[in-house]
Amino acid sequence: MTIKICDVAFEPFTEIQNFQNPLTLEGKFGATSIFIGTMRDFNDGDDVQAMTLEHYDGMTQKQLAQIIVAAKAKWQILECLIVHRVGDILPNEPIVLVAVWSAHRGEAFEACRYLMEELKTNAPFWKLEKLATNETRWVAKNTAKVKGI
Amino acid sequence: MITIRYFASLRETLGRSTEQLEIFEPHTVLSVWRLANPDLALPENTLTAVNMDYVPLSNNVKDGDEVAFFPPVTGG
Repeated sequence: MTIKICDVAFEPFTEIQNFQNPLTLEGKFGATSIFIGTMRDFNDGDDVQAMTLEHYDGMTQKQLAQIIVAAKAKWQILECLIVHRVGDILPNEPIVLVAVWSAHRGEAFEACRYLMEELKTNAPFWKLEKLATNETRWVAKNTAKVKGI
Repeated sequence: MITIRYFASLRETLGRSTEQLEIFEPHTVLSVWRLANPDLALPENTLTAVNMDYVPLSNNVKDGDEVAFFPPVTGG
């Protein structure tokens, strides 16, 4: 189970390959489910030219680790990889990668979806958009379920 | 001594990202906010954490803790 916070652009399929190659899962996994989130050049009806992702270093990793523990308690996950960008990001660059390896597709699909939704709800990241007009604005809402504590 | 952290739009509003306070009596997360920001009500929807775990405003704060205030998260 690996969590990576990247302050430079990453290539998700290379990350997946590099993570999977040294694993001793040959013959054990029948399913790999992958989610990749990529930056758009539009949001809320406006053109967006760049974005800065801030995070709470330390709490991000702690929350993601807790999310993985919760997912492992729900499903038979063999491995998982979470990669998330921080810093300055341009449209078309990947923001987030979640990949799950399991014996069967149902667990892989469900765990991947769960990890992604929990990441959006709990991981302390914030997006500052730079619009085409050169104005900046903080993204104020996310599409995950409302956090209840 | 406790450490207080602010992030994102809240950090910009306050003009600071971190500060340290001596506390001499029992505190909660909410009373720490009031001590550090006597002229500003805690913005609605602010999320709060102690030692990097989410906690409610009523959570106790003890010497050595790191208390964080931040707006709703928008990662992914």
